[in-house]
Amino acid sequence: MSIEARVEEIKEDLDFFEDELQKYEYIIDLGKKLEPLDDEHKIPANLVHGCTSQVWLIVEKKDGKLYFTGTSDAIIVKGLVYMILQIFSGSTIEELKDTDMDIVHELKLAEVVTPNRQSGVIGMIKKIKEYANKM
Amino acid sequence: MFKKDFPYFKNSNIIYLDNAATTQKPQAVINSQIEYYEQYCANTHRSNFGDANKATLNYENARKTLKEFINANKVEELIFTKGVSESINFIASSFAKKYETVIISSLEHHSNIVPWHMQGRTIGKGLEVVKCDENLSFNFAHFEELLQNNPKAFVSVTHISNAFGKIHDIKAITELAHKYDAVVMIDGAQSLAHMRVDMQDLDVDFFAISAHKTFGPTGVGAIYVKEHYLKDVEAYQTGGATIHEVTFEGSTLLDSPYKFEAGTQNIAGVIGFASALEYLNHVGYENIEAIEKDVYHYLDEKLREIPDIEFYNDTSDAIGSRSFNIKGIVHDDIGILVDKMKIALRVGHHCAQPIMQQLGIKGTIRVSLAFYNDYKDVDKLVEALKRAISMLKD
Repeated sequence: MSIEARVEEIKEDLDFFEDELQKYEYIIDLGKKLEPLDDEHKIPANLVHGCTSQVWLIVEKKDGKLYFTGTSDAIIVKGLVYMILQIFSGSTIEELKDTDMDIVHELKLAEVVTPNRQSGVIGMIKKIKEYANKM
Repeated sequence: MFKKDFPYFKNSNIIYLDNAATTQKPQAVINSQIEYYEQYCANTHRSNFGDANKATLNYENARKTLKEFINANKVEELIFTKGVSESINFIASSFAKKYETVIISSLEHHSNIVPWHMQGRTIGKGLEVVKCDENLSFNFAHFEELLQNNPKAFVSVTHISNAFGKIHDIKAITELAHKYDAVVMIDGAQSLAHMRVDMQDLDVDFFAISAHKTFGPTGVGAIYVKEHYLKDVEAYQTGGATIHEVTFEGSTLLDSPYKFEAGTQNIAGVIGFASALEYLNHVGYENIEAIEKDVYHYLDEKLREIPDIEFYNDTSDAIGSRSFNIKGIVHDDIGILVDKMKIALRVGHHCAQPIMQQLGIKGTIRVSLAFYNDYKDVDKLVEALKRAISMLKD
């Protein structure tokens, strides 16, 4: 599935909720689904810049594709991390390099999360692209 | 009962509990600024036509109102600034820079830390910090030790901690500092919203005031400079309306306060600030203090019903702000969810990172009250907090 298609899927899920708090409940539940990240990976090099809460992202290359794992100390951010990983993890380096989507706009996150959180999401995407460019 | 005086509460269904950041503005404050802009908008201290004279008169009347309000000796002792940050930066660079040691408290806002760092001061090198105990109380023994080791120091401490609501006994601090020939500046950003301050009684040398945290407009503040020190304070910036005479050979400056108020001032803001002070006189500090004490204790009582809540100080010697965390939950998450439940409060370090580091935390959830807040606000807050916690806990 392409990155665009995965964004569309998450967008549909989020659009399902009219009530903002329900939308948050959903994001929180997504965060709870995140696999725990080993403490050894919670190092400054894996930190995402631009987040008010701490977010760590790591990458693994398998069969020409990049797989991301990550977490945060804040529960709502964990949900956002989950969505970002759903969208980008398992993509090829070329797909990641080529993608230029305004995820905050696409997912209508501006209506849900504060400007600080939005810059956190942008920070996560930047980090993912950084990893792709380094490979 | 006083919310009716504030248009914000007519137009918004938000439970506003972020008063340490800024307070809402009563109708009288808004009206006085509109009146200036709509009826006599002109510059002050320059032109001589009718509206200009009226603007100058009202601007200077605002200074008189402030003088009476804080019981300063003379109007010359009051210089309008754009807020407490500017007031502290002004005195730091125009007066205190020549002092070998500056002593601050553990509870300072960044506004009273960063200006000293900018002078190249660090701990043990021109900057000392008075310790606080586990209830965040000012350690007078340590303070005296610092004063003994650093004679003729410049003491700059906050009156009320914006993050924790802790009140420093600034009368006692000043008395002790003066015993060691130290000069005292108080960051009074949070003071006037909660209690009367009297410059004669407190005997402080400098006192920084915020209008917007005192129900007045943003972008206005003041610094009280005890008359004795006026001659030693240098102009922080110069320009229009500060001068006596300018030739290409040189300039001579006016006396205080004019030489310190360079360029066109926030005229509407200053006039609005005077309206805020008049409004507070109308409400009366006896009412403000009684209401706040009552609601503050109710807040504490209701918050204590929440399981896993952690406080950093008790309510003794504290007013306005109540800071806490919920074990196992990052404060940011709470902030986001209660915002969606129409509760306005602040989460984070509250511009006081050093004390957060000392407490081993990244920040807190801070509820900060003003006299217009009531039991209902507290009930709605606690209800929202409980709901947010239940959403976040597994």
